[in-house]
Amino acid sequence: MKKIGRILLDTKEGILISLRAIKVNKMRAILTTLGIVIGIVAVTTMTTAIIGLKQAFIQSISSIGQNVLYVDKYEWLGGKNWRMYRNRKNITFDQYLKLKKSLSYYDAIAPIQRTFGRTIKYKNRSATSSFIYGTTEEYLKISEVLPDTGRFFSEMDVGAAHNVCVIGKDIAKALFPNEDPINKEIKVMGHRLRVIGVLEKQGSGFFGTISLDSQIIMPITVFYKIIGGRRRSMQIAVKVNDETKIDDVRLEIEAIMRTIRKVPPGKPDDFAINRQQVFEDMYDKTVGIIAIAGIVITALSLFVGAIGIMNIMFVSVTERTREIGIRKAIGAKTHAILLQFLSEATIICLIGGLIGLAISFPLSLLINQFLPTAMPFEVVLLALFISFVVGIISGILPAKKAAKLNPVEALRYE
Amino acid sequence: MNIITLEHIAKIYEVGAEKVHALRDVSLKIDKGEYVAIMGPSGSGKSTLMNILGCLDTPTKGLYSFKGVNVSEMDDNELAEIRNREIGFVFQTFNLLPRSDALHNVELPLIYAGVPSDVRKKRAEEALLQVGLGDRVHHKPNELSGGQRQRVAIARALVTEPSIILADEPTGNLDTKTGEEIMLLFNEIYEQGNTIILVTHEEYIAEHAERIIRLRDGQIESDEPVQNRYIPDLSAIREKEESE
Ligand SMILES: Nc1ncnc2c1ncn2[C@@H]1O[C@H](COP(=O)(O)OP(=O)(O)O)[C@@H](O)[C@H]1O
Ligand SMILES: [Mg+2]
Repeated sequence: MKKIGRILLDTKEGILISLRAIKVNKMRAILTTLGIVIGIVAVTTMTTAIIGLKQAFIQSISSIGQNVLYVDKYEWLGGKNWRMYRNRKNITFDQYLKLKKSLSYYDAIAPIQRTFGRTIKYKNRSATSSFIYGTTEEYLKISEVLPDTGRFFSEMDVGAAHNVCVIGKDIAKALFPNEDPINKEIKVMGHRLRVIGVLEKQGSGFFGTISLDSQIIMPITVFYKIIGGRRRSMQIAVKVNDETKIDDVRLEIEAIMRTIRKVPPGKPDDFAINRQQVFEDMYDKTVGIIAIAGIVITALSLFVGAIGIMNIMFVSVTERTREIGIRKAIGAKTHAILLQFLSEATIICLIGGLIGLAISFPLSLLINQFLPTAMPFEVVLLALFISFVVGIISGILPAKKAAKLNPVEALRYE
Repeated sequence: MNIITLEHIAKIYEVGAEKVHALRDVSLKIDKGEYVAIMGPSGSGKSTLMNILGCLDTPTKGLYSFKGVNVSEMDDNELAEIRNREIGFVFQTFNLLPRSDALHNVELPLIYAGVPSDVRKKRAEEALLQVGLGDRVHHKPNELSGGQRQRVAIARALVTEPSIILADEPTGNLDTKTGEEIMLLFNEIYEQGNTIILVTHEEYIAEHAERIIRLRDGQIESDEPVQNRYIPDLSAIREKEESE
């Protein structure tokens, strides 16, 4: 207990002594910090950007749904096997009905029929939609994108094929700049559809590649009526809220679909069951490599900075040889001198870290203009931790040199 | 009471293949309350002896016992502790921390002794008061005269209440008058019952002590009490001042 108290006291004194030395030689301390400032700015800015990119990406694919399984002809990101997938039997509305009937556990199931953008008209205005979706009322639970005015269509709208639709925010803005879109009739491929809801804003997606706010969603029955495509392949989305059950549900879907599509035993599936996860995996694989390269480069800059600081600390030890001799003569033990120089290097690096953060914080606000993140608190902690470690690493050898000096020779040093 | 006992102490420096015998077979005893001067020509081994006595260095051969404890085989940290608790150094070149004020310089040994900050400050102020620098507590060395700097150094040596004060040519960098003032201060300290070992090459400085040990070629040439000890007094200093 007494020993711990003494160690704490020694540490405190060591820190006070080094603070004094830093105060006395402010200019050198500031110049020394430069070694780490650049590295810290690089680390924090890059980490912030990487986190921001990932968040932007997740946001842009979030409409796919975290816990949603998509039964599809195509394997997402299946790439080169595209021809093989295309030749598979279509996934049809009929198969959707059968799957829904047989599947024992799910929270929502919806068919999704999709077509690319068309021109939409209202009076003399027109807008281009990114996608047109035909689905059922259960789609609401799957996409988790809610209408912020009006409503989503109901089971009855689907069953009776009412000519209604829900539109994205951007379409609403383009067609109805000054009026309420609800209950207005728009024209899609020559057919009149009544707008019953406007979806909440979802953002521009990954660097604005897909506009999620210019989609149109209508009952699948209406989709078949006005756009057709009854013979085209669809997706069946199955939502399972309980993460732990997803794998079981996937196995059941696989078995049911094999039966429905009459896949002989021993033959591979002629359909795919996709999840959002594959996009994340792909992202991590590609962006991960870039991130690692960036981390290696910044680590290198920190390493160079550490060498610079070590160099200056060595010079400082030599310059202060006599001071070290005096301290030793009047009773400073080896560890007291070691602690003094180690904490000096560490404090200088922590100051450098703080300066680095002060520079990179406005930078992160700039990044925030493009990506949905400011500097996360973890990055601040990371920066301080790195500064601390760099301080220890660059201070240990000079501090050891100082601690080992022979007092007689140190006192004689001119 | 015996504080220092040296028995057959030798110190050999190896410079390349050559061996320098800085001390050969030095034996001596110093009692508590003694005022001893170590004299000798340049190169005779005074500083080497002083470093060994001050536990800054260890002898190559022989036994050094300090207050009955064998220090000749102690490691660096044990020696540091002895220096901190038992020895007060006064150097020719003062050896103060240049950028710290008088108070911090005097505090320094107490920091390494683990004395809490408030106690430390009080004791350092008292020591400065004792050497006549009560009004110079926050002056830095470059704001003080040579004599005042040496007083700060003496305060630093006294603050831990050590068993011995070791002074290596303490007046070597001072003019005669200031040197005399410092010798007066040493006399006061001696009269308070402290043990002082003074290294000098000047005969009249050595005669302030009550015993002179003369070194030559690393050996004790003579070790005798001073017959007519020179006791400095303020009026004599004043007289000198006026005549100049
Ligand atoms: N670190 C050292 N390395 C080698 N020789 C030394 C060293 N210190 C002192 N000497 C030698 O030891 C002898 C005694 O030196 P020193 O104790 O400094 O004498 P003094 O202080 O009486 O002038 C001298 O010959 C000196 O050259
Ligand atoms: Mg000498």
